[in-house]
Amino acid sequence: MIQLKNIEKVYRTDTVETQALHNISLQVEKGEFLSIMGPSGCGKSTLLNLMGLLDAPSKGDVVIDSQQTLQLNDRKLAHFRNSKIGFIFQSYHLINDLQVLDNVELPLLYRNSSAKERRMLALEALEKVGLSNRVKHFPTQLSGGQKQRVAIARAIVGKPEIILADEPTGNLDSAMGNEIMNILLELNRVDGTTIVMVTHDPNMAQRTHRLLRLFDGSQVQ
Amino acid sequence: MLKNYFKIAIAVLKRRKFFTFISLFGISLTLTILIVLTAFLDVLTSPAYPDVNRSKELFINKIVLKSNKENYTSKSPASFYFVNNFVSKMKTPEKIAIHTGRSTTNAYQNNKKMEVELMYTNVPFWEVYQFEFVEGKPFNGHDLENAAQVAVISEDTRIKYFGEEALALGKDVEANNVKYRVIGVVKNVPATMMYAYSDIYLPYTLAKSGLKGTSLLGEYMVTLLAKSTADLPLIKEEYSQLLKKVPHPEKNQEILLSYPDSYLESFTREVFGNEERAGKDRFFLMIGIFVFLFMLLPTINLVNINVSRIMERSSEIGVRKAFGASSRALVGQFIVENMILTVLGGILGVLLSLLIISVLNSSNLITHMNLTINLTVLGYSLLACLIFGLMSGVYPAWRMSKLNVVTALKANN
Repeated sequence: MIQLKNIEKVYRTDTVETQALHNISLQVEKGEFLSIMGPSGCGKSTLLNLMGLLDAPSKGDVVIDSQQTLQLNDRKLAHFRNSKIGFIFQSYHLINDLQVLDNVELPLLYRNSSAKERRMLALEALEKVGLSNRVKHFPTQLSGGQKQRVAIARAIVGKPEIILADEPTGNLDSAMGNEIMNILLELNRVDGTTIVMVTHDPNMAQRTHRLLRLFDGSQVQ
Repeated sequence: MLKNYFKIAIAVLKRRKFFTFISLFGISLTLTILIVLTAFLDVLTSPAYPDVNRSKELFINKIVLKSNKENYTSKSPASFYFVNNFVSKMKTPEKIAIHTGRSTTNAYQNNKKMEVELMYTNVPFWEVYQFEFVEGKPFNGHDLENAAQVAVISEDTRIKYFGEEALALGKDVEANNVKYRVIGVVKNVPATMMYAYSDIYLPYTLAKSGLKGTSLLGEYMVTLLAKSTADLPLIKEEYSQLLKKVPHPEKNQEILLSYPDSYLESFTREVFGNEERAGKDRFFLMIGIFVFLFMLLPTINLVNINVSRIMERSSEIGVRKAFGASSRALVGQFIVENMILTVLGGILGVLLSLLIISVLNSSNLITHMNLTINLTVLGYSLLACLIFGLMSGVYPAWRMSKLNVVTALKANN
């Protein structure tokens, strides 16, 4: 489903060159739940951003669902992300000015779906994460766990084949974290969604199919 | 999609009330000034009482005599000799109104001194200009030929001479130590009607000077009324041919120039044009430059506010991009949001303009001027609003769309 070939990522400023990722090759199968672990600054999030086409590698190829992605222009990349990938961030990144329902509908705004269809799909996604009674709330009126569930609903509303989660439980206590993890496992098991999750928590990582360890930008076997 | 943009636009406006106030204040004030100025221009240039035929009229308000050797130019309105012997013989116009410019004179009524303005006209003047008579009627050919001591006065002049409620027909008004019998009273004319406004209108045969001699320069102006707008070029052509037949043998006056202009051109030629060019293009260019410069300052202000607001919203931009918004979609969103702000400012501007216009109208700053916000004014205001919204929205939107997603997502962490 996701194929990274000989990936290098270098950040350059006028004076400093930082090697964030070094010779990463990786294959994530359809329906797999992969977790990525490693110390802070080892390149976990950079790797996830490359898989999510939010950033481009300095060298190497990113192939998603048999599609070479490096040649895609801004519009095609946007369309590709919209149809294939859902994101979950550690700090939720909900839009505080919009109600829960509008936040969840957001990915559908960039598709040709009617308002009625958007509403129906958003309600369905909120139902799945157990938040159908909070549709009219604003993010600031929710707890951390609830916010992350809204973020998951937003990630799955467009029925993407891939979900990329960057420390989804990082800001939550263990009970809330477990709840979120259960939802992700359920999505992977029932819907067959391919999930790649960056985490610091070994207990969470243990519950996934496979663990990838990174250290100083390189893969550790 | 639009509903979503609208929701977020309103939420953003509510979030930083002070910024919103500054933005709306800038937009509405700018638009108010533009709307009031447009209303002024509209009242100055649009056909209105009593000059309702303006689209079919051409105006001759100047004769220029130049030397072809030395740097000598003489210009003034035409003489009675010129208009009577040449212009009034023209075939193409349907009617030819002749009148002098206004001259101010003193008048005494009940030992009270007052200033009144006099204008001498011919009979077709009352047909070209559609005056509304509240009493009596205009003077006729018989009155003109016999130099009858008759006058048509305005309503205001009637009040000045005879008081609020009194009728004037058959009574005498005195001006320049001469008594004239009032044969008509017309509804007041706004002072913005440059060629038709006066206090007292007299038959030109009563003029004490200017009727004799063969000089081309004098104090008469002409309004040529065409049968239809299609005849206007024909009239211009006939006038140009006519000028060739006018003798002007004086030394230093070898070149004779004069143009029948449209109403606006008759002013723009004076300020922005020259003997050969009507200056209308330059006039509109000047207006365009003025409006552009006038709008530039609030636009730059709004651009700055918008850019800082965008930076506050980098997380949202990152999320939208991550979930499939292309740069184009984001530019579109931000421009729509900015348009919502400018339209709100525009509505406030229109309300403010209505207030200012009603104050200006009731203050009688310019006699009987009646400023209005009509469809033309509203249309131009809407256009200004649109340009304002685009000018202040495009650059911030472009900057926003170029934000790197990863950087944008990190910014508000």
